[in-house]
Amino acid sequence: MSEVIYTPPAAGPTQRSPIVAFNLRMFREKPLGAIGGVIFFVFLFCGVFADVLAPYGVNETDMFHRLESPSLDFPMGTDHLGRDVLSRILIGAQLSMIVGFLAAGLATVISIVLGIVSGYVGGKTDMLIQRFVDAWMTFPDLVLLIVVISIVGPGIPQIVIILGLLYGIAGSRIVRGAVVSVRENMYTHAAQSMGARTLYILWHHILPNVMPVVIVLFTTRVGAVILAEAGLSFLGLGIPPPTPTWGSMLSGTGRTYMYLGPWLALAPGLCLTIVVYAINVYGDALRDLLDPRMRGSR
Amino acid sequence: MSEQEGDNLVSVRNLKVHFPVTGGVLQRTIGHVPAVNGVSFDLKRGETFSLVGESGCGKSTTALAVLRMQPVTDGQIIFNGVDVTHFNARQMRPIRRGMQMVYQDPFGSLNPRMKVADIIGEPLKVHHLAADRKVFRARIRELMDLVGLLPDMADRYPHEFSGGQRQRIGIARALALDPELIICDEPVSALDVSIQAQVVNLLMDLQARLGLTYLFIAHDLSVVRHISHRVGVMYLGQLVEVSSRDELFNSPKHPYTRALLDAVPVANPEIEARRPHKLITGEVPSVRNPPPGCPFHPRCPDAKSMCRQIKPVLQAVGTASVSCHLYDP
Repeated sequence: MSEVIYTPPAAGPTQRSPIVAFNLRMFREKPLGAIGGVIFFVFLFCGVFADVLAPYGVNETDMFHRLESPSLDFPMGTDHLGRDVLSRILIGAQLSMIVGFLAAGLATVISIVLGIVSGYVGGKTDMLIQRFVDAWMTFPDLVLLIVVISIVGPGIPQIVIILGLLYGIAGSRIVRGAVVSVRENMYTHAAQSMGARTLYILWHHILPNVMPVVIVLFTTRVGAVILAEAGLSFLGLGIPPPTPTWGSMLSGTGRTYMYLGPWLALAPGLCLTIVVYAINVYGDALRDLLDPRMRGSR
Repeated sequence: MSEQEGDNLVSVRNLKVHFPVTGGVLQRTIGHVPAVNGVSFDLKRGETFSLVGESGCGKSTTALAVLRMQPVTDGQIIFNGVDVTHFNARQMRPIRRGMQMVYQDPFGSLNPRMKVADIIGEPLKVHHLAADRKVFRARIRELMDLVGLLPDMADRYPHEFSGGQRQRIGIARALALDPELIICDEPVSALDVSIQAQVVNLLMDLQARLGLTYLFIAHDLSVVRHISHRVGVMYLGQLVEVSSRDELFNSPKHPYTRALLDAVPVANPEIEARRPHKLITGEVPSVRNPPPGCPFHPRCPDAKSMCRQIKPVLQAVGTASVSCHLYDP
C-alpha cells in the first residue's frame, strides 16, 4: 500500500501561556476586534472601580457650576443641578454593565437551555416549546415590562429578570435552529452509536458547535439590554432617580437641556454607542478566533 | 441458512423497519413506509457481507437497525448470541463496544472542534476505558499507526486533513474499542477514486490482522467485488438475492442482480459498444405503495403472470438464495 502522508511542519516554540497567546493572536488577526475588546475592558474597569475613579459625588450638587461646558475641572461638564457628568457617567457605567451582563447572561442561558432541549429532543417537546415561544413573542415587550414593573416596582433585579426572560425566550429560536443543524451532523450520530449519554453529547458536540451563534447572541444582547434599560428609564420605569443610568441621563437631563448643554446628551449617548459597538466587534472576533478552522486565516 | 449459530456474529431475522408517515395539524400517524420489509441474513465471524442496491432500497436503514440506531418495527437482531432487539439504551451500552460504524462522509462525521486525538479517543472516554492521560495517548498513537496516520498529527484538527486521511481517522475511531463488528456505510463513495483503493485495502488489511467482521453498505459494485465474501442484493426493502461474491458476479440469478451487473460499464470502449445491454426500464416504485406480488415485477424483463400476484420468498438455488419465481421448483 503506497501512502502519501503529509508531514507537518515543526511547530514553533510555544512557551507562552494560552491566554496570552490567544490575545496576541487576536491583535494580529483581528485588530478591530482587539480594539473593541480593549474599549470594552476599559469600560468594565471604570464600572467596577467607579466609586474610586469618580472625581465628585454622584449626587453632589454645586449651584455655582450649573450647566458648565467641559473644562479641566469638569471633563464632561455639569448638568442643571451642577452635578459632575463624568462622575455620573462612571457610576452609570457600573449600572449599565451590571444590568447588561446579568440580563444578557440570563437571556443567553435561557436561550441555550430552551434551544437545546427543543432542538435536540425534537418531536412533541419541540412543538410544545416552540408554540410557547410563539405565544410569548406575540406579547408586546413594552406592555409586559410596564405591567410587571408596575406590579413589583422598579429595581435592578426586576429589570434583569424581565429583560433576561424577554430576550432569552425570543433568542431560544436562534439557538434551536443551530442545534437542529448540528444534531444532523454525523459526528453526533457517531457519538450516539458508540453509546454516549445525551448530556455528554450535548456538552461535547452540540454546545461547542452552537457556540458561534451563542457568542453573537450574547454580545448583541448586551447592547440590546443596555438600550432597553435606557428605554425603560426614559419611561420612568427603569432604575429610579437620582441613581444615574446612561438611559436616564440621556432621556432626562440630556433631552431637556440638549440646546443649552449638548454635552449632557452627548456624553451618555457616545458612551452607549461606543460600548455597544465595542462589544459587538469583540464578540465577532472571539467567535472567529475560537473556531479551529479559522486558524491562520483572516 | 443452516449454519450453526456459533459461527454467526450477527443474525437478522425477518427485520422490518417501517417509518410512520404523519400528517395533519396534530401530526397523527396516517400511514407507514416499509423501508425494510422482512430482511434476514447472517454475518459470519471474520467475513465481509455487503448489502448493495439502488438508493432508497433500505440498505442503510438495515445497517442502522443492526446498530440499534433505528427503531425496529418487527423481527429479531441477534448479536453475539444475544437478542438485542428490545434492549434499551442502558442495556445497549456494553453491547455497543462490540459494534462500531464508519461513515460515508469523512467531513461531516468528525467534529470540527475536536482534536484528532479526542475524536479517535472518544469511544474510550465514553466507556471510561482510558485510565489516565498516558494510557490514552499511547492508545491513540497505536490506533493512528494502525490506520496509517502519523501519530505526531494527533493534536491537529480534522480540517487539516484530506478526505482519505479523515476517513482513516473515522476508521481509527471505530477501532478504538476493539469491536468485532464494523458497519461501513458507503465508506469510500465520498472519496476520490485514487483514494478509494487505499481505504478499501486498509479495511481488508485490518480485517486480516484483527479478525473484524464487516457489514459493508455500498452501491459501487467494483468495490463490493473487491472486498466482500458474500453479497446481499436489496430491492425495495427486501433481499432479492444472497450469495457468495464469486457466485453473484459470475452467475447472477435474480433478474435485478443481472440488470445491476449489466449497468456496470466495461473499461474497454470497443467491448462496451458491442456488449448487449439489458437496461431495466421504469422507475423504482414508491416504497409506500409497493406493487403486489414480486416487488420487481413491473420492471422485470422476465415477469410472468404469477409474479404479479404471489410474492416470492428466498429459496436456495445452488449455493445462493434467490427470491424469484423463475427458480421455483
